[in-house]
Amino acid sequence: MIRVVLPGHLRTLARVSAEVQVRVEGPVTQRSVLDALEAQYPMLRGTIRDHVTQERRPFLRFFACSEDYSLQPPDTPLPDAIATGAEPLLIVGAIAGG
Amino acid sequence: MSGVRVLVGTRKGAFILTSDGKRQRWDISGPHFSGWEIYHLKGSPADPNRLFASQCSGWFGQIIQRSDDGGKTWMQPGTPPGESTTGPGGMPKAESNKFVYDVSAETGKPLTTHQWYDGTQHPWEFKRVWHIEPSLTDPDTVYAGVEDAALFRSTDGGKNWKELSGLRGHGTGPQWQPGAGGMCLHTVILDPTDSNRIYIAISAAGAFRSDDAGKTWRPINKGLVSPYIPEPNAEVGHCVHHVAMNPSRPGVLFMQKHWDVMRSDNSGDSWTEVSGNLPTDFGFVIDVHAHEPETIYVVPIKSDGEHFPVDGKLRVYRSRTGGNEWEELSKGLPLRDCYVNVLRDAMAIDTLDKCGVYFGTTGGQVYASADSGDNWTPIAEHLPAVLSVEVQTLP
Repeated sequence: MIRVVLPGHLRTLARVSAEVQVRVEGPVTQRSVLDALEAQYPMLRGTIRDHVTQERRPFLRFFACSEDYSLQPPDTPLPDAIATGAEPLLIVGAIAGG
Repeated sequence: MSGVRVLVGTRKGAFILTSDGKRQRWDISGPHFSGWEIYHLKGSPADPNRLFASQCSGWFGQIIQRSDDGGKTWMQPGTPPGESTTGPGGMPKAESNKFVYDVSAETGKPLTTHQWYDGTQHPWEFKRVWHIEPSLTDPDTVYAGVEDAALFRSTDGGKNWKELSGLRGHGTGPQWQPGAGGMCLHTVILDPTDSNRIYIAISAAGAFRSDDAGKTWRPINKGLVSPYIPEPNAEVGHCVHHVAMNPSRPGVLFMQKHWDVMRSDNSGDSWTEVSGNLPTDFGFVIDVHAHEPETIYVVPIKSDGEHFPVDGKLRVYRSRTGGNEWEELSKGLPLRDCYVNVLRDAMAIDTLDKCGVYFGTTGGQVYASADSGDNWTPIAEHLPAVLSVEVQTLP
């Protein structure tokens, strides 16, 4: 199972309290993980990727094993530690303060 | 005993204020959708327990929420009839946030760009829902005015949304431009006597009317004068802030423009200025008394560069003559050191015999008058900045 950590507001929207787990068939990539996430939690469609373009929303970033994958092509394989569930994929919102 | 339910959208959640018909004691529930911007929430006239809310975020985009029990519980529309609205573990099953512009070859092909701030052409980009207008007769039909300006309609309780693309496609779209707050469609008015007639308004494009249930549209801006645009009498390009109508006289419209308070007695075919003796005719809100169709309310704001009341005094102005002659209403309102704004959808009026008037401020106060504006009381204070106020009169 792939582990995914959502930003707080998306955890509220999906009504989950901690990280979520999704099953991915085939290569583990940003796209396949997000497809599985949205299939399991349809209320998240459009909140991480644009409905039409499927591009990452600008104030969100993806981190895996301390590396920033936000600007990687969506079909780039994620690290083995993500694929095996040893590490979670982090979906992180831009810091808001001030 | 009758009562009222006031629906308040703020920068950080929604609040629901309820009272009996006396409107003296108020219960506040919320925040609902804590931390999210709630641009607007409104109840269905056909089923008062059905509420729709526009929930949005710069991070996560647009969500539509619906309540079928007067705001006690909420869900994202989209679950088939008869099925549970939640799945295992209690999570909602549906999505309802998909607003996609019509790009079909038949109707959407010419709908490409609008004018950007610098005068160049810019593609339409969906940002958020500013205003939700439920059908007067069908609880499953609801309209959404969005930024970048377009009108969408759902006929299945908010699950699926389809653009009424005749509005953007009628020909003047490339001349529309955003105001400082974005190019928003913020006003949707349904004519209670003619189901084919819909009014909308866009900042900064102007007012528009459909006489065929939203299929085709035409600008209704004759008489508007905006010295701050290249052609002050242009067919489109006017920064209309809000439009209001009394249901008993659907052909009479009142408008708060960027500057100028206007009225039309012919369904928007032409407008005349009725700013009269207002201390300033800049402002955002305008509304009409529930039982006196010539009694209207505005909150004058100092200027477009200074979005706060004149002299730091928060005052509502009322005209009992349909404009031109205005009286100051200030009993119970802050009359010193007050520098809040009252945004365009943040005033509402109930339909009790002595009609109540409500408005919210960017300082987080909601004020109410149970006597048509003569006396005011804060019914909520210290909320996040108020974006919208609606009221339902309950049996």
